[in-house]
Amino acid sequence: MAMEKSTWTTKAGLAQMLKGGVIMDVIDEEQAKIAEEAGAVAVMALERVPADIRKQGGVARMSDPELIIRIKESVTIPVMAKARIGHFVEAQVLEALGIDYIDESEVLTPADEEFHIDKHRFKIPFVNGCKNIGEALRRVAEGAAMLRTKGEAGTGNVVEAVRHARTVFGEVRRLQAMSEDELYSAAKNLQAPYDLVKYVAQHGRLPVVNFAAGGIATPSDAALMMQLGVDGVFVGSGIFKSGDPMRRAKAIVQATTHYQDPAIIAEVSKNLGEAMVGIEISKLPQDQLLANRGW
Amino acid sequence: MTVGVLALQGAFREHEEMLHRMGVATRQVRLPRDLAEVDRLIIPGGESTTIGKLLVMYELLTPLRERILAGMPVWGTCAGAILMARRIVDGRPDQPALNVMDIEARRNAFGSQLDSFEAEVDVTDIDHPFHTVFIRAPILEKPGEQCRVLATLPDGRIVAARQAHMLATSFHPELTNDSSIHELFLSF
Repeated sequence: MAMEKSTWTTKAGLAQMLKGGVIMDVIDEEQAKIAEEAGAVAVMALERVPADIRKQGGVARMSDPELIIRIKESVTIPVMAKARIGHFVEAQVLEALGIDYIDESEVLTPADEEFHIDKHRFKIPFVNGCKNIGEALRRVAEGAAMLRTKGEAGTGNVVEAVRHARTVFGEVRRLQAMSEDELYSAAKNLQAPYDLVKYVAQHGRLPVVNFAAGGIATPSDAALMMQLGVDGVFVGSGIFKSGDPMRRAKAIVQATTHYQDPAIIAEVSKNLGEAMVGIEISKLPQDQLLANRGW
Repeated sequence: MTVGVLALQGAFREHEEMLHRMGVATRQVRLPRDLAEVDRLIIPGGESTTIGKLLVMYELLTPLRERILAGMPVWGTCAGAILMARRIVDGRPDQPALNVMDIEARRNAFGSQLDSFEAEVDVTDIDHPFHTVFIRAPILEKPGEQCRVLATLPDGRIVAARQAHMLATSFHPELTNDSSIHELFLSF
């Protein structure tokens, strides 16, 4: 019997199994265990959450492999880690660690301002950020098996996540309404491969699972993104920068499952303690906007 | 007949799409009141720890267990199979489970995502090799007397089993275009 490993179906399939779930940023084993106990479907292992990367500045790189391994050994759920945009050697290192998914992430300082990683060359699946459908389909063409709308990481402000999700889903609906000849022109304008544009038009959805990320801080934020049409949520700084991480993490997990049930969202939102302090994004200087990294 | 699909987390939409292509009505089950509206249930792939916790939080674990023990047909794929097992090996010590089927499930039995794979596997009662997709999959072990093994890998590890009205598969038929295991389940 031939066993074929690391096929497209297994790569995109793991993301399908994560749907309806919450992926949480964690910086040590203790946080990883809290995330798993709260019901996270996966953890993102990193040295600093985006809010601290933003505050401390400097070049943000892949995390220490020792830290990633310790986190991997502390939980039974999938473990993801971030590589810099275009830094294919960081990706090779993460693949060698035997984790489950790589996030080629704009939260880290890009290593290449022209080329993203050729993700088809890897056995491990990748998730990439997107602000619009052209960017989303370019990443899929490069081999991304999962997408996330970027939002603005480390701000605790959901406005950019909403903007990017509305943009992507609005563009999906516009493509669905187009005739065949209009799709050729749309592919050219979106700078995306025609076959992927056609797939979206025919199926009315992206070719891979699409989560929301960047600024989700409350159960209502998570349910808002789910109602807008994403398949699940990443919560970065929002949990462990809040007053009561376990309680907030559990509440966000429940709100993501029961996103269509306001009575449940109301119940789980009670007495969560202090949310992370948010940042007004229009007050951020242009060069500090992480979502503009990647193209 | 309405087939319920447990929709707490995971690949429930894929099961629904397969059933819709077969012309079967489905209903997403998230709360105990949904359970009353369905004749049988699929527990999809996803994270068994997450699904287990949500089953407990929304008081679905006990009524669901009672419905299954009273004879409601149920099929668990991957995480669903783990939740149905009498014992979970390599799980969290306090991981909630339905404990309805006389078999053990070993979580992540093949390793990390890098060991996820596809293969053709012979399944008892299916007349052709079935294209299986294993994603961070469990294996089934130590089946009880009432439990019939339906599929094994060449090394003998169990990947599908049936006990009366209960079906467990380590792999994901909902990620393929082959509806024969869905048909088998509907015949229960």
